[in-house]
Amino acid sequence: MSANITTLTDATFDEVVGSSEKPILVDFWAEWCGPCKMIAPILEELAQEQSDKFVIGKLDVDVNVATATKFSVMSIPTLLLFKDGEVVARLVGAKPKGALLQEITQSL
Amino acid sequence: MTQHTRVLIIGSGPAGLTAAIYSARAQLNPLVIEGEPSSTSDQPGGQLMLTTDIENFPGFPEAITGPELMANMRAQALRFGAELRVDKVHKLDATQRPFRAWLSGDGEEPGVTADAVILATGAQSLMLNVPGEERLLSHGLSTCATCDGFFFRGQDIAVVGGGDSALEEANFLTRFATSVTVIHRRDSLRASKIMQERAFANEKIRFAWNTQVVEVLGESRVEGLLVKDTVSNVERVLPVTGVFVAIGHVPNTSLVTGQVDLAPNGYVRTGLGSFTNIEGLFAAGDVQDDVYRQAITSAGSGCIAAIDAERWLEAQGL
Repeated sequence: MSANITTLTDATFDEVVGSSEKPILVDFWAEWCGPCKMIAPILEELAQEQSDKFVIGKLDVDVNVATATKFSVMSIPTLLLFKDGEVVARLVGAKPKGALLQEITQSL
Repeated sequence: MTQHTRVLIIGSGPAGLTAAIYSARAQLNPLVIEGEPSSTSDQPGGQLMLTTDIENFPGFPEAITGPELMANMRAQALRFGAELRVDKVHKLDATQRPFRAWLSGDGEEPGVTADAVILATGAQSLMLNVPGEERLLSHGLSTCATCDGFFFRGQDIAVVGGGDSALEEANFLTRFATSVTVIHRRDSLRASKIMQERAFANEKIRFAWNTQVVEVLGESRVEGLLVKDTVSNVERVLPVTGVFVAIGHVPNTSLVTGQVDLAPNGYVRTGLGSFTNIEGLFAAGDVQDDVYRQAITSAGSGCIAAIDAERWLEAQGL
């Protein structure tokens, strides 16, 4: 994973997301999830290309059940966009890069 | 800029990638438009991307996972020089040759022209089409057990369907769920014997025979299923917090509807081998097969299409 993406855990989630100056897009994923793997390279690219607009974090739901439950994640990949610590967009399911970026940008 | 290719393959499941391997080895430099990322079966790699172990694909005595099998096929196609592109064909003009295909972002000019096209667009899951389904999709209702099963740990859930995929999902889901009720509208399963035996032997799996889903209940998450007994017409609520839908498939024919002969059931009609009624347009895999629908038969028909296309191109002097 590139240096542009922050790995989040149950322990660090609130602090990192709450104190993020830019909007932060959190990817709820797991190793066994095929569609998650498919969008992983897209997120890597977005982390590079859009770093002036938002940052990206990843949370492995397998070992961070509390955070996944707190945000009612029941299907992955789920992408939650947080602005000032609040969820402003919820994207469920793998999508092409253009569609993902468009939905994210709408809520920035 | 329009790119011309001798063979355009639309789709990248077992049919599309096998066609790619054969066409590439025949030095036809095929272009494969793989599809775009999605959480449905309409994605690069196709339906097998949403499965777990494939136990009946010859050559893998210890089973192989669907995504691994597809990654292998992809690597094999690349090795022989097929060009693979993650993109989607949005429109295909099969009324003139060369055929014309428009990809994402193409304007008036087609992105690709092709002497021959192998249509391997596969099929996608049918939905229940009952109230509550759309609202609760990904809030307890899912079409992908491997993606979402994890979230149902310790819960009572249901699988709707009676075929191999329904039973595979039910078996897989017992890793997490307390109980899995298989809801089937008839009194016997169409799944293979081995899958049936496995499901009957699994003490976490129950069966609701002659049962039809009427409504998915719950506001923001699934709280139950309203079901009806198809014999007595009595309705009852099944108290489940998760529902997985595996009731079958419809062929992805939107690109060719109105251009190519379809069978009454909506599948592309192929005659001998992979020939459609349009010269130069071949069809392979689940888009033209409502009978067998296996990874291996799909791969086999991809091979047939590649050979048909190669011989047809040669006969045309293309």
